[in-house]
Amino acid sequence: MAVTDMTKLTLGPITYHWSAEDRRDFYARIADEAPVDEVYLGEVICSKRAPFHEPDLPDTIARLERAGKTVILSSLAEVMLKREGKATVDLAAMDAPEIEINNAAGLYARGDRPHRIGPFMNAYNEATIAWMARQGASHVCLPAELPGEAIAVAAKAARDLGLDVEVQVFGRASLAVSARCYHARSHGRTKDNCQFVCEDDADGMPLCTTDKWAILRVNGIQTQSESYVNLLPEMPQLVSVGVTHMRLMPQTVDMVAVAQVFRDALDRKSDSGDAEKALKDICGDVAFSNGFYHGQAGYRRIALATAT
Amino acid sequence: MTGFARLSCAVVQPILTRVVRRIAARHPTLFARLGPHQVTNFLIDPIELPFALHLRPDPDALVFRAVPRDAVPEHGALIRGKFMLLLELMDAEEDGDAAFFSRDLEVSGDTEAVVRLRNALDDVDGSIAEETAEMFGVPGCAILARLRRNYSTQETGAFAP
Amino acid sequence: MSIAELICPAGTPAALRTAVDAGADAVYCGFQDATNARNFPGLNFTPDELAEAVVYAHAKGTKVLLALNTYPPAGKVDLWRQAADTGARLGIDAFIVADMGVADYFAQTHPQVRLHLSVQAAASSPEAIRYYCERFGVKRVVLPRILTIPEIKQVRKEIPCEIESFIFGNHGLMVEGRCSLTNYLTGQSTNMDGVCSPASDVEYKRHADGTMSSQLAGFTIDCFGLDEKAGYPTICKGRYTAPHRADAYYAFEEPVSLNLSRLLPELIDAGVHAFKIEGRQRSKSYVRGVVRAFRQAVDDIRAGRPADMANLVALTEGQKQTQGAFETKKWR
Repeated sequence: MAVTDMTKLTLGPITYHWSAEDRRDFYARIADEAPVDEVYLGEVICSKRAPFHEPDLPDTIARLERAGKTVILSSLAEVMLKREGKATVDLAAMDAPEIEINNAAGLYARGDRPHRIGPFMNAYNEATIAWMARQGASHVCLPAELPGEAIAVAAKAARDLGLDVEVQVFGRASLAVSARCYHARSHGRTKDNCQFVCEDDADGMPLCTTDKWAILRVNGIQTQSESYVNLLPEMPQLVSVGVTHMRLMPQTVDMVAVAQVFRDALDRKSDSGDAEKALKDICGDVAFSNGFYHGQAGYRRIALATAT
Repeated sequence: MTGFARLSCAVVQPILTRVVRRIAARHPTLFARLGPHQVTNFLIDPIELPFALHLRPDPDALVFRAVPRDAVPEHGALIRGKFMLLLELMDAEEDGDAAFFSRDLEVSGDTEAVVRLRNALDDVDGSIAEETAEMFGVPGCAILARLRRNYSTQETGAFAP
Repeated sequence: MSIAELICPAGTPAALRTAVDAGADAVYCGFQDATNARNFPGLNFTPDELAEAVVYAHAKGTKVLLALNTYPPAGKVDLWRQAADTGARLGIDAFIVADMGVADYFAQTHPQVRLHLSVQAAASSPEAIRYYCERFGVKRVVLPRILTIPEIKQVRKEIPCEIESFIFGNHGLMVEGRCSLTNYLTGQSTNMDGVCSPASDVEYKRHADGTMSSQLAGFTIDCFGLDEKAGYPTICKGRYTAPHRADAYYAFEEPVSLNLSRLLPELIDAGVHAFKIEGRQRSKSYVRGVVRAFRQAVDDIRAGRPADMANLVALTEGQKQTQGAFETKKWR
């Protein structure tokens, strides 16, 4: 029996280079108004951005925790420079708040103390999850491209080992990361002299094919889907296979409203048609996709055979 | 021109039949690599020759025949280039990717079929061209040697439209 | 511990024999399924073919490495376990792995086998590499193609295992093992199915004006002018427009190939133990040409002679070459 009212809604770490001020405003609203249970903070994409917003972390953490939200700090997906290694080690040394690890360097530093496994750690299957559990993982966020049948098997394995399981249900999917910065490259620069051009694209820099098809978004070293993942109709299925946490990735739409739509759907206070319409109204022209979940091309939106 | 094309098709057909049966007999693993594309119709177009070649590498119903260009069958994949280039590619003496990227080789239709054919032919030890030439004895080998010499002294240019 | 091993690609049994005969110190290959990252139609080995290949290679003193470097999706791990069991039974000299569950299976079931860490594990820092060495007994790491030579020198000092570095071939730009671009457009996954821009979704369209578009799953990845060299529609090598780039540009990378022949002496000096030639999906002529050239170059360097690599240009995709990150950070 699905226990949807115990299913947690989470807000993933902001992937874009939003200004410190925008982040403060954003998290103030999230704290006061958003029906999310857990909030991930921290810089996952580019260590050059961290000095801009990390000084605000203690205040943001306090504000969110006062509002009853659980805070988790996420680590960098790519660790290459010495200072990135050090930042990862510092994060791994913390016991409060919880930490989410996105790179094997973080696992190395953390040892077998409790930690969460982030979506960049490639926890694709039950064998890897079992291994990670033995090393102290308490929670695993599955990769965005994992199809529904695999999610079911992975979630069961994780639950049997006492781990919580998280799946992204809203927002752009991370499709690739690189050592090269594609934002800088588009302006003829490199990562070292980027002048932080990525701050111009609060929802990612759009790329189109030569025949004018919007296809991808660039965000620094990261390449994202053009479409927003939208698993509203699939959520009951996710809950029934044991997924405990539904992740919303922050985009430049009203994320409080988005959270409310997903919370109402989980609590069965809205029917699927209304929820879908409400989300469409919030997100405007952006295409939705759920192809990965259905084992098809990620950009596709597959209609479910029966509405719930 | 069409009369000449048809005549030349008729002349080479028995040779082609012998050749393809010999290759099939000597290299059975070739077919396994083709997988579902054993039943694909390939059109191989050696642009300087007066005909094109229709290949259907089905081990149970092998087809390898010359066809006039104004009467090509429906095909799943087309491979077009100079005759000697195709010969060299068949033996993997030239790299298919290099030829394609330099636009000497034209490929269209089912790309997976072409990739399978390429990988299947690549998994053959030695030279199919040599084997084929040897079937025709000393004259065969001499003709092949002369073709190779001529080809290597030509400039390679863009394929003919 | 030998110096400057040449690790050469073997897409088919015939290619393997070609590489062995051309002087490879080791060859790497995969099974005909999703367990390796070059799962191309008509490529790779059946278990019987691999058994014969091992016999052939070992008789000539060449090692055989098996790539098991993809990520089993939950519910399908048995396929990778069977591949591991088969490889161990056939006497494979080392397994190239990425998934922690696969590495753990080896550690528990075949603890005696030698493990190499694939680029697909994306371990680019000493800490990440040490994690795999200490937890799974990895003996060699294939470094991502993103480190400069000074960085490689530094990493070498901080890790207990050998280093293998790519030296020639198709240049990967995205962090390997973290890329789902192909799955986004086609529904087949690089990580789970071992495919990248699969041929089944590729189409070349010729236009009336003589230009040619390369398409993947119906998306136009690039368009080539009349006299332009063509390319394969790999998503990260396509041309796209952006709001401030109205003319289509190579948003990620130009279709160049890696060629580090010039840097061989420095790489050897930096502590790189083995050099990997990319190209299991390339032809025997590619393999023969590249392996012979690098065999000669390595032998020349060992003997103190200068190495000459001019003949390798024609084999590179798009016929342009790069030294990637290896010389300078400006690449990033």
